[in-house]
Amino acid sequence: MTGWQFLSLAIWVPIVGGLVTLATGPDRNAPLARLIALVTACAGLLVTIPLYTGFDTTTASMQFVERYQWVSRFSIEYYLGVDGISMPFVILNSFITLIVVVAGWQVIDRKVAQYNAAFLIMSGLLNGIFSSLDGVLFYVFFEASLIPLYLIIGIWGGPNRVYAAIKFFLYTLVGSLLMLVAILWLFMESGGSFDILSWHNLKIGMAAQSLIFFAFLASFAVKVPMWPVHTWLPDAHVEAPTGGSVVLAAIALKLGAYGFLRFSLPIVPDAAQHYASLILTLSLIAVVYIGFVALAQSDMKKLVAYSSISHMGFVTLGFFMFNAVAIEGALVQMISHGFVSGAMFLCIGVLYDRVHSRQIADYGGVVNTMPKFAAFFLLFAMANAGLPATSGFVGEFLVVLGAVQYNFWIAFVAATTLILGAAYTLWMYKRVVFGEVANENVKSLSDLNAREFAFLAVLAICVLAMGIYPLPVTEVMHASVNGLLQHIAVSKL
Amino acid sequence: MDFVMPDFRLAAPELFVAAMSLVILMVTSFAKSRARSAAFWLCEFTLLAAVFLTLFSGTVDRAQTFSGMYISDLLGGFLKAVVCLSVAVVLQYGRAYMADRKIDSPEYYILVLFAALGMMVLISASHFVSIYLGLELMSLALYALVAIDRDNPRSTEAGMKYFVLGALASGLLLYGMSMLYGATGSLQIHEISQRIYERSANDMVVVFGLVFVLVGIAFKLGVVPFHMWVPDVYHGAPTAVTLLVSSAPKIAAFAMAFRILVLGLFDLAEQWQMMLMLLAVGSIVLGNLAAVAQTNIKRMLAYSGISHMGFMLLGLMSGVVKGEGGTYAVNAYSSAMFYAVAYVMMTLAAFGMVILLSRAGFEAENVDDFKGLNQRSPWFAGMMLIVMFSMAGIPFFVGFFAKLSVLQAVVAAGNVSGQALYYWLAGLAVLMSAVGAYYYLRVVKVMYFDDAVDTSPLTATLGTRTLLSANALSIAAVGLLPNWLMQICAFTLLH
Repeated sequence: MTGWQFLSLAIWVPIVGGLVTLATGPDRNAPLARLIALVTACAGLLVTIPLYTGFDTTTASMQFVERYQWVSRFSIEYYLGVDGISMPFVILNSFITLIVVVAGWQVIDRKVAQYNAAFLIMSGLLNGIFSSLDGVLFYVFFEASLIPLYLIIGIWGGPNRVYAAIKFFLYTLVGSLLMLVAILWLFMESGGSFDILSWHNLKIGMAAQSLIFFAFLASFAVKVPMWPVHTWLPDAHVEAPTGGSVVLAAIALKLGAYGFLRFSLPIVPDAAQHYASLILTLSLIAVVYIGFVALAQSDMKKLVAYSSISHMGFVTLGFFMFNAVAIEGALVQMISHGFVSGAMFLCIGVLYDRVHSRQIADYGGVVNTMPKFAAFFLLFAMANAGLPATSGFVGEFLVVLGAVQYNFWIAFVAATTLILGAAYTLWMYKRVVFGEVANENVKSLSDLNAREFAFLAVLAICVLAMGIYPLPVTEVMHASVNGLLQHIAVSKL
Repeated sequence: MDFVMPDFRLAAPELFVAAMSLVILMVTSFAKSRARSAAFWLCEFTLLAAVFLTLFSGTVDRAQTFSGMYISDLLGGFLKAVVCLSVAVVLQYGRAYMADRKIDSPEYYILVLFAALGMMVLISASHFVSIYLGLELMSLALYALVAIDRDNPRSTEAGMKYFVLGALASGLLLYGMSMLYGATGSLQIHEISQRIYERSANDMVVVFGLVFVLVGIAFKLGVVPFHMWVPDVYHGAPTAVTLLVSSAPKIAAFAMAFRILVLGLFDLAEQWQMMLMLLAVGSIVLGNLAAVAQTNIKRMLAYSGISHMGFMLLGLMSGVVKGEGGTYAVNAYSSAMFYAVAYVMMTLAAFGMVILLSRAGFEAENVDDFKGLNQRSPWFAGMMLIVMFSMAGIPFFVGFFAKLSVLQAVVAAGNVSGQALYYWLAGLAVLMSAVGAYYYLRVVKVMYFDDAVDTSPLTATLGTRTLLSANALSIAAVGLLPNWLMQICAFTLLH
């Protein structure tokens, strides 16, 4: 299998396919556009499978490395590679893209080619972010991925979409521009190299470490998003079309967390440990406070958006406790959240396509008219609440386990708030699905069609499989996470 | 001094353009009915031939002629090629526009050609007299062009304003030059450099002269606080002329700044560096903030141009730092040059889009005129999307690499000199780029998120459509593979 540059394929197959989709032009060619998009998404997923099957789980070093000169004037390289931390996300991203293309099959009926093209191009760019080992290449993909998401929210979004799209773009741009200054500083300090791995071994003084830490934090905290810079997320989620919400929740939020592991922790470990208490505090606030905020929502999408922030709080909590159990737990939580939140948004999308409302109050008794849907929705709601045997449980359990090693009270607070997650998710489920049939809209609902059944079933299998037997996911991470921890343990002062 | 026969071959491109403009002047006076199209095609031929002449006749090594007034080097050759190419693009974009408004008299073409000639002279000038000659040839042609729509009060007002302020700036520049002459006894840039090196650099007269020279340069670049003319002229002039004013002259002004400041007054670097820093900061802040408030796209692009020129100056000022670090200096100047070239590519495409949406009797001047462009023409909406995101400095477009290389130069200067000031500058510049992103995003927003008000089809000719598409796509292409252009900028500067 060597000789095939699977990472490049994972990046460029969707982008080229997206451009071809775009070329089909007006909506009278919509069937063709959908078909090309589907073929591309399938091909995009297929080329990522060798990344898993050919993956060497015994090493923490980068695999599937591709390295070429790109801009030799500034020694910027086209330098790709994945380790156990990034590889699962490349596959997850390609998988979610396929789901999104299928989910938008009939729902999106205007500017079909542009819609599918935007998702495919974004998929390629996101794969690029996860596999870049060059600072500028990373930044380029990181920024460029804003463009398609901006358009997706702004063109196909809800009533307040323009505000949400611009807010999303500017929030993330401000954060990432500060990161650019940090990247340039590291370039100078390392004697003219943008190689991220060489930055890992750079000796940096504490003052500079602190500045770099906060520059990266500005970028990643907005992306995660951490409290108090989370306010763009509910707006963006609520206004985005279903596919946009799915990609946003399942992949885009992971970028910030991934950035912590690739940049903040290994490059400035001393600053990371010094400011860990700050991050832990912010994470706990996200877990607890945002959990309460979610409880008060009357809009389903907003509720899931807030629950995403809360779940991502668990992720950052896990990262900054610096032990293998917690970091692996956080990684599993990220992947699980990719499935679960994606599925939750798809479920809401299924309802929204029929009733055109996201208000909880407009529903009630959906189980009477949509039994199959109710069953899937229940599974995903339970996973969101962290029920054992679903993927949601594994991550949260591992993080809490790691937290006990680190500090009992943090573990106590985090574990207690798991109840909150159950409360807001199941309460919403109860109000929407159970009870009497609330109104005429609900009465006339039709149950899942084959297409909807298919993508929800695939996601359900993923959620259950990861919940029951998470080893295939965790085993690829072991070596890389341990390597990372060994690296962090050595001071760079 | 004995008379020495100058080497005319070195100045072949300028001589060719000068001769051709006289030929075109004659042809158009006799070819009455076909005068306009003859003028257009002859101008295009002249400019493209000049591109080839500069690229293939130039010497690799630096050579001087006309008693040291004219310098032929790779830097000049490359910049002149860029200038001629962009003026050729300007003529193609503006042809139908000018014809629709019945202001495409043959004089228009000749004035454009004279302006181009002025820029070429300016780029190759290495003597205060030839600098002034080139500058005035360019400026006078531009003043007349801005006011060419003489029945339109806004156009004439803009022309008047440009002329009065431009004359003032020229006066200040001359005053500064005279002081430098008084202090050094020479008008030739290399001799001045030599004399200043031999004397002490802190000479009061020299610094005084420097200030006035810098004001002249700043005016031509249109940077704060000498930017007052920019929005009014961009707004008032016919869009085809705005296109010209906003593009090629910036390259010429960069060449002038580089030759005077870096080659001539390098020993005063510490002084002009601080001045450039103030100009750059003022431009970046004011340009970006003022652009947010604009509803007229020509004014918006004018303010955005001010901020872009500020960015370019930021690159130019990072070249000299206390202590060693020669490579950083080249990086800084080449980044400024790369920025200027990238800006010209972007501004051509941006104003080209404004022209594309205009038609006889209708000026697409407002941001709202771009409403729903994605419904009217998805292709050109995509092109404008590329231009706007490139101007905002979002990758994979050339604007990102322009910003990256300038920021790299600033951070490098901070790293070498150990002064935190440079990091603050870089921080300010990136924050202001985020402000700038807002108004570029607004254009994308009206194109993609709003419904079209005006649904009439685009009327542009096939040639303009093709060229505009090529222009916008080249922004994306150079953004994907920026290395060669960066290398050219660095290579030509090193020689």
